[in-house]
Amino acid sequence: MSGLILEGKTGKWEVICGVEIHCQIISKSKIFSGASTHYGSDPNQNVAFIDAGMPGMLPSLNEECVHQAVKTGLGLNAKINKYSEFSRKNYFYADLPQGYQITQFRYPIVGEGTVTISLPDGSTKDIGIERMHIEQDAGKSIHDMAPDKSFIDLNRAGVGLMEIVTKPDFRAPEEVGAFLRKLRSILRYLETCDGNMDEGSMRCDVNVSVRKLGEEGFRTRCEMKNVNSVKFVMQAIENEARRHVEVYESGGEIVQETRKFDALSGQTKPMRKKEFAHDYRYFPEPDLLPLVLDDEYINRIKSEMVELPDAKMARYVKDLGLTPYDASVICENKEVAAFYEKAAKGHDAKKVANWLMGDFFAMLNEKKLELKDSPISAENLGRLVELVTTNVINGKTAKDVFALMAETGDNPEKIVEEKGLKQVTDTGAIEAVIDEVIAANPDNVAAYRAGKTALMGWFVGQVMKASKGKANPGMVNQLLSKKLV
Amino acid sequence: MAIDNETVRRIAFLSRLKIEDDKLAATEEEFNKILHWVEDLNEVNTDNVEPLVSVNENNLTLRQDAVTDGNQVEAVLRNAPQKEYDYFVVPKVVE
Repeated sequence: MSGLILEGKTGKWEVICGVEIHCQIISKSKIFSGASTHYGSDPNQNVAFIDAGMPGMLPSLNEECVHQAVKTGLGLNAKINKYSEFSRKNYFYADLPQGYQITQFRYPIVGEGTVTISLPDGSTKDIGIERMHIEQDAGKSIHDMAPDKSFIDLNRAGVGLMEIVTKPDFRAPEEVGAFLRKLRSILRYLETCDGNMDEGSMRCDVNVSVRKLGEEGFRTRCEMKNVNSVKFVMQAIENEARRHVEVYESGGEIVQETRKFDALSGQTKPMRKKEFAHDYRYFPEPDLLPLVLDDEYINRIKSEMVELPDAKMARYVKDLGLTPYDASVICENKEVAAFYEKAAKGHDAKKVANWLMGDFFAMLNEKKLELKDSPISAENLGRLVELVTTNVINGKTAKDVFALMAETGDNPEKIVEEKGLKQVTDTGAIEAVIDEVIAANPDNVAAYRAGKTALMGWFVGQVMKASKGKANPGMVNQLLSKKLV
Repeated sequence: MAIDNETVRRIAFLSRLKIEDDKLAATEEEFNKILHWVEDLNEVNTDNVEPLVSVNENNLTLRQDAVTDGNQVEAVLRNAPQKEYDYFVVPKVVE
């Protein structure tokens, strides 16, 4: 897929984009304190003194956060750095009581990696990962509880974060959208972050610049912080890129700055510049020694890795005969993939995939149900497909059986038995029906024999109707053509 | 490297410290004295030497992932100049 090209007055412009994603680490306790990470507790319940920036408290690194970060690094096909260290990033804000964030600066725990994204046209693209480091989250400021006050909840302060930084490899908003979905899928497979953008457990900062098509090097970029849905991220990129083109074409210059995305208007606007001037004065964190990992530790985590979406997709294409697109749709969600594998076991895998992505998802959508609450079990979906492939019922009847399964939760054999839906494959019985239809419609028979062969479909329909949909359509076609000659 | 008046103002702003105008010159001089003293270290060749992070030769020890702290909202808020509904309350800070 080629990138987004903006047509300006002076020519074509290319969009350049990179992202930084903050992902909350799944762990019971915070990265440097023993307070709970539970989301949705009453304000300031999950706060240790160090999270509140009390003097004299010392950070103590949570082993689970390190484990999760290494696992995530491996999932990003990235280099795990055996030596990493922590730094202080200094800034003042009400929800950062320490006055600095403990993060990693010079030596992050994870180095360069690659994530492959699948695009709607069926192509794939490799997105480079620059680095990933671990750090502590800030608290939450609530601005709408009083007109001139902000309310601060420190429950989130000190929760572990992984910050993933990509290379400026994106050329279109759709690529960033595909990347965010892929990253979320990888994190959920690994169970290292729940990836919920609307709850803020995955947050995206986007860097955007433009350049003339064919131009070398990069122009000045602008950053948009905390854009909180895939849709808004894509909208923010396109609108910001258009703004850049307009500024350049009217003779202006882009200043490097942080901008805020307004979801209502879809536009970006500058934040107050001076107060947010980046001057974090990083220095090594004196309260934490460097973090040193050995090969044995990293290899142990490697051996615990689950099959990730890319490997699963490749297996579905190679062993089960699915198209890459179908495989990518099924593999995006771990639970869907598990359901599919259970349903396809021992049956026609490709047909099961078609049913799953077609009627089955449509049924869940219509009933507004989650997969886990589906009235049709994976086993029963597989058995329905089996009834069709072994010619017990035809495709049309299968749709009716499926509807009854969705209603009752019964298994397909029981429904077919009780409703007498077994396909008629007895030549004599079908011929008898055909004879009836022919006898009842002499005009059309004559027209057909006079050359109006398009009537074939009509005859098939009549026979199917007379057999209450149970005749095998292939046999009906074959026998009809013989009788109508 | 010498510190000028503007740098003193900037450092003060970043540290949220108020330095009165008539103290700027004296502060500037103090900063420069400290820097001058540290500059003695320039005599040492530090090519290819990594900055020292700690004099402790040990590696970091890790903590088990267990909830052992929290549920002390009263103690956490005790020193807050202003609090309401178990929140810290501060003058409005909106970007």
